[in-house]
Amino acid sequence: MTDLLSELLAERDWLLGDGATGTTLFNMGLEAGEAPEIWNETHPDRIRALYDGAINAGSDIFLTNSFGGNFSRLKLHDRQNDVFTLNRIAAEIGREAADAAGRKIVVAGSVGPTGEIMEPVGELSFDSAVEIFEEQAKGLMEGGADVLWLETISAPEEYKAAAKAFQNVGAPWVGTMSFDTAGRTMMGVTATDMVAMVEGLENKPIAFGANCGVGASDLLRTLIGFGKANTSIPVVSKGNAGIPKYVHGHIHYDGTPELMGEYALLARDAGAKIIGGCCGTLPEHLVAMKAALESRPRGPVPDADTIRATLGEFSSDSDGLDAGTAPKRRNRRRDA
Amino acid sequence: MSDEEDDLILSELNDEELVLQMMDDLYDGMKAEIEEGVNILLERKWTPYDILTKSLVEGMAIVGVDFRDGILFVPEVLLAAGAMKGGMAILKPLLIETGAPRLGKMVIGTVKGDIHDIGKNLVGMMMEGAGFEIHDLGINNSLEEYIGALESEGADILGMSALLTTTMPYMKVVIDTLVEQGKRDDYIVLVGGAPLNEEFGKAIGADAYCRDAAVTVETAKELMAKKHNQLSA
Repeated sequence: MTDLLSELLAERDWLLGDGATGTTLFNMGLEAGEAPEIWNETHPDRIRALYDGAINAGSDIFLTNSFGGNFSRLKLHDRQNDVFTLNRIAAEIGREAADAAGRKIVVAGSVGPTGEIMEPVGELSFDSAVEIFEEQAKGLMEGGADVLWLETISAPEEYKAAAKAFQNVGAPWVGTMSFDTAGRTMMGVTATDMVAMVEGLENKPIAFGANCGVGASDLLRTLIGFGKANTSIPVVSKGNAGIPKYVHGHIHYDGTPELMGEYALLARDAGAKIIGGCCGTLPEHLVAMKAALESRPRGPVPDADTIRATLGEFSSDSDGLDAGTAPKRRNRRRDA
Repeated sequence: MSDEEDDLILSELNDEELVLQMMDDLYDGMKAEIEEGVNILLERKWTPYDILTKSLVEGMAIVGVDFRDGILFVPEVLLAAGAMKGGMAILKPLLIETGAPRLGKMVIGTVKGDIHDIGKNLVGMMMEGAGFEIHDLGINNSLEEYIGALESEGADILGMSALLTTTMPYMKVVIDTLVEQGKRDDYIVLVGGAPLNEEFGKAIGADAYCRDAAVTVETAKELMAKKHNQLSA
């Protein structure tokens, strides 16, 4: 049985992902503190408008409004008993929007982190994490998602727990991590670490990659890291539209559509097959990205200078990979 | 762990070696060894304040520098902070008893609507490691909760954290309310979280944006010193 995403990946050279969910809903009037997932129930029209924004901009894939729709995050809003329902509706609205589009569009059920730290450092056990992801996955698949889409993960244990949960549900999936700390995830995972982890999974994703983090330059460097690891699994790139700025009481990302167009080209040159945006990426950015990808030829894998000159400075000197120059842990007396 | 490591007997080290070893053990997140080291120094008649500042705080400062420089990552820092906490649990009652000087008190919490607390916890642990007192409000805090705690705790510093672009504007709501109530100058306000930046911190009227836990400690020390100078001037 082939899923729609695998089918499109086989047919096409690149696929356009979607943009920001949180930023867009915020622009529609979501208040600080509200759980966006509750809008699936209370404002289905706005969620449909969110999805249609991506569809009309030319996206081949869009993510459902369910990023924080797991037990531990909904618990904050005392909605932990509605995990299945809120996720099901998120996917149902997506299914309707995709079916009305008149072309093949992948409904990807968004699954974000639990927000908890896993054992042994933290409290959340592997089995509990699997259970949390499984509950959400069931709701999304019931609502008609084509694939599940894990994103913004920083801990390898959490990525593995989600893989196991999606296996239990029998759902095809994609999973990206967020590399925001000196070229690594917050938990210290490098681009090559991630490839090794993904390759080692029993239930491998259709595609893997990077999302969010700190700006498009850093994200591209991570893509180049993936490329060095030489994997055959398709790579996803979903970078933020610049950096958040606070303008007249709202958060505004400073990346222009033109800049995101350049980002999309460099992401493709760096080996990404699914290219979208993350925070701050609006339909106008997606239109510019699609236009750039359709009208301009492929180039060589960009080097650091090209990335810097096109998209701006990196947030750190190291990509976390260069063993020769990367700083090392101090020498320990007990080890001596 | 190899046999050689097990052979290291803390109580046989002289003070200087022991302190260096404790810094190493803190770096490696070895809680039992830190507790043992603290107890040995207490037996050797070190004051609780000296143990705190000369072994634990200095050790955590090294952890902080390597975290800032991308050598250590969150898991290692959490382990180090856990070890630090073990030592602090022994020292805390003794510090109060002996009337040791205090650096300052911080009320810290994640803003309303935001349940992310990894960064906030790290800041709390590193601040505690640096000798500050921490009153942790946890996640999802309203302005009433922040301001109420600042007053009831007699705090010097307010620390607010947000990980979402949808929740970070709430920091401004809290700061604006402090201004309205004429209390803004009573506190040092520090903000942090992945989507924030220096410009945002300025725009909402915080004293500083802190990129990570290590920077928070440095900034808090600096601003507390400034505050003391102003008071005495």
